[in-house]
Amino acid sequence: MTQFLASQLFQSLLAVLLAPLMLGWVNQCRAWLQNRTGPGMLQPYRVLRKLFVKDAVMAHNASALFRLTPYVVFGCMVLAASIVPVLATDLPFSPAADVIALVGLFALARVFMALAAMDIGTAFGSMGARREMLIACLAEPALLMVFFTPSLISGSTALTNIVETLAQSSLAIYPSMAFAAIAFVMVTLAENARVPIDNPATHLELTMIHEAMILEYSARHLALIEWANAIKLTVYSAIGVALFLPWGIARAGEWPMMPLAILAFAAKMAAAGAGLALLETVSAKMRIFRAPEFLGMAFMLAVLGMLTHFLLER
Amino acid sequence: MSFYAPLFAAIGVMLFWFALGLAGLARGGDERFVFRFLFPLGSIGGAVLAAAGLAGLSQAPAALVLPLGLPDLPFHLRLDPLSSFFLALLGLAAAGISMFSAAYFRKTEVIRPGLFGLQYHLFLASMLAVCLADDAYFFMVAWETMALSSYFLVTTDHKVPEIRRAGFLYLLIAHLGAISILLCFGVMQNTAGEYTFELMRGARLSDFWATAVFLLALAGFGAKAGFVPLHIWLPEAHPAAPSPVSALMSGVMLKTAIYGLLRVTFDLLDQQIWWWGVVALAVGLITALLGVMFAAVQTDMKRLLAYSSIENIGVVLTAIGLAIIFHAYAMNVLAALALIAALYHCINHAAFKSLLFLVTGSVMHATSERNLGHLGGLIHRMPWVAWFGLIGTLAIAGLPPLNGFVSEWLLLQAFLLTPGLPNSYLNMLVPVATAALVLASALAAYVMVKFYGVIFLGQPREEKLKQAHDASNWERAAFVWLAASCVLLGLAPVAVIGQLDNVSALLVDATLSGNIGRSGWLFITPASPERASYSAPLFLMGIVGTVAASFLLVRWIYHGRVRRAAAWDCGYPQQTARMQDTAEGFGQPIKQIFEPFFRIERHVPKPTDERPYYWSKTEDYLWYWLYLPVAKAAEWGSRLVGVLHHGRIHLYLIYSFVTLLALLFLIR
Repeated sequence: MTQFLASQLFQSLLAVLLAPLMLGWVNQCRAWLQNRTGPGMLQPYRVLRKLFVKDAVMAHNASALFRLTPYVVFGCMVLAASIVPVLATDLPFSPAADVIALVGLFALARVFMALAAMDIGTAFGSMGARREMLIACLAEPALLMVFFTPSLISGSTALTNIVETLAQSSLAIYPSMAFAAIAFVMVTLAENARVPIDNPATHLELTMIHEAMILEYSARHLALIEWANAIKLTVYSAIGVALFLPWGIARAGEWPMMPLAILAFAAKMAAAGAGLALLETVSAKMRIFRAPEFLGMAFMLAVLGMLTHFLLER
Repeated sequence: MSFYAPLFAAIGVMLFWFALGLAGLARGGDERFVFRFLFPLGSIGGAVLAAAGLAGLSQAPAALVLPLGLPDLPFHLRLDPLSSFFLALLGLAAAGISMFSAAYFRKTEVIRPGLFGLQYHLFLASMLAVCLADDAYFFMVAWETMALSSYFLVTTDHKVPEIRRAGFLYLLIAHLGAISILLCFGVMQNTAGEYTFELMRGARLSDFWATAVFLLALAGFGAKAGFVPLHIWLPEAHPAAPSPVSALMSGVMLKTAIYGLLRVTFDLLDQQIWWWGVVALAVGLITALLGVMFAAVQTDMKRLLAYSSIENIGVVLTAIGLAIIFHAYAMNVLAALALIAALYHCINHAAFKSLLFLVTGSVMHATSERNLGHLGGLIHRMPWVAWFGLIGTLAIAGLPPLNGFVSEWLLLQAFLLTPGLPNSYLNMLVPVATAALVLASALAAYVMVKFYGVIFLGQPREEKLKQAHDASNWERAAFVWLAASCVLLGLAPVAVIGQLDNVSALLVDATLSGNIGRSGWLFITPASPERASYSAPLFLMGIVGTVAASFLLVRWIYHGRVRRAAAWDCGYPQQTARMQDTAEGFGQPIKQIFEPFFRIERHVPKPTDERPYYWSKTEDYLWYWLYLPVAKAAEWGSRLVGVLHHGRIHLYLIYSFVTLLALLFLIR
């Protein structure tokens, strides 16, 4: 039992502490692709430290909900990081939620974020909240359809079992999972506020979505939100890696397998981050009302993947 | 004796409510006596009823024949797990709503408190009677009493023409439904030979007549529940009624229709045909999607909640459709899962929708505004209402660890198990239908962010909102009661499902008890622990633990200093309350994306207009495609009949003579 708990604590802490590094890596790759030197991979940590040290400035009419939200969002993301099998499967916390509950957890964080954005009552805040909720309600069905295919293959919605089934399956690659993988990448871009849906690097007033919501936050509150976003990106990448490249993951408590698992995981995440930077460099941000088409395409790809599973793999 | 105790308790509460109504009539003008004394007593009745329902859930059916009613047609009563569940639901909601009403009503709103009290308690008692009835005759008497008393409650403020119109529409559709239900019982009586449910249960209908019964029941109960296309009365009647009445109608009355549908489909009919389930599934999904889309574009907070009720009822019908499909293919455990998801969603909806309607009541009292465009920033003036409203909002948006998420999760699990069905078309189509359900629930989160954000957050949009007062103590007690139900139903699903198992054992001969708690009371596992599991307590612990830990760590390592300043807003100093999103603005993306579903009239100003203004109106196509043509046809028909009416007595005598001749010719 203590070993299981140690494994759980180790994984959660690792995911939470290394999440800013993932963000730094993506930014660094993007800088290289754009022929810039870049600030270095550790920049997100420096930003976080700076923000934590500063005094928080809040609007006069900010309510308690506004102050509570960064902690809730951070808590949701830490919980998500504890549920997703990053290094090892079969963690003590993983039966607490399957993929559907995980989607619910992200939704909880998002709703709090949107409500906090409306709390001050500025034009940008409510605009950001409205756009974020719009993107989310189009992305959620697509995300669920993506999760449907692997759960039909493995007969389970628990991530642990999905990953174990896929890792040990005789088929090297499922055709249906290829469709699902493309759809998942598209949904991940939308849910993590990346190009082409949103651009995390600008405060261009008319196009911003996520940045518009957190405009009124400063100092430690902003730090928690930024950190939570880094964890969210890491968790999404980890889910993608676990679903579509499941090889080399360890069972909980299998300490001898751990170093190999860590190496394999680091390599896969580095590849995922570099891929994300490449995608962001080659694509342009789209108008907000083209987002439904983008997400509709993701949804149709996921449905195609599922039909492929019914037609070819049963 | 103890076997009959829940039934007697339920009958006792029914008579008690009836007596309270009459007592109010006796001192009709005394506002304090009616509201401050009788309504709290009624609330205690509700709590007793909830306890009786809970006790009745785990008992074998208890039946009773009352020496009342017409000759040879005495009233039959029966309390089985299905009716016990709906009685518990009624008691739970009624206890909270009566408590709230005690402080809500004043003489300014209700001209005759005594009469209002009679209608209110008669409404409660008739809903109770609907669930207890065990013959078609008593059922229809109770059903009609419910329709009439709720009609009078809707038209409480009958001096406003729109409210009279809303009430008429409600009454009309309620009676279309009642005719359909009557026909449905008529078909069953034809085979059974009598009007008691006992004999109907034993009768064996041919497939054709069984289908007729199911479709008539779907239409009849659908008119009361608000299935598309019979939903149009809800968004008219709910805003017209006083808030506690809206809460009762939305939280409980819609569920009596679900009760009726379940009673006929699973109890009175001995078997189901699989395509009934497909029909119910399709109607349910369309209802859910249309309901939530229209909710997103509303500007009146009670209309918004009414459309959200349509969505939730659609979700329940979807689950029932799935249960029918599973049961028709003899997959009883999965049918039990879908059925339990439906029942769970019913009681969840009763808790959070009642809570939210009561919240709108408090807001209306404090601000006398119903239009979202005139509200805002109330979290500072009305903290009690705002924080309990937040619980209701999160619950209805289907977010873990509250109750709305549990039923949605169970339903999605049931959907994911459909690939086991022995019908390959269903295998492929049903998972796609799941996506529609997810879209509906994601849009529900959008709608609820709009509802809560526009009312309670931001800056007050009107000067008078700064004088808004918080809820009174009775109102707060009601909020605590209903919000606690939301939280408990969310945190203890294993216990709740253990009780609901009794209903599924009665209706589909299967329970989930073998599966549901297999990993202990912390986790619900609908099929097996390998398949899927969810633990709300761990969720809550995880979030609360991390929130507390991060809060303390940040203060310990760094600091907790806060400075207040003007809002930043990208450096724009002249912020006003009018620059926030209005309700229209927040709904605009939905309006644009789903434009084909709305009938939109717009006025956009030209550059040359001296007084430019924007105006737009969003309506339901169904009103123009279905209801207006039917109304026109009815008018045309009555005009044709009107040709016969000349008001001269000898002409009428000739009509009678001709009719008599024709009848003689036909019968002979």
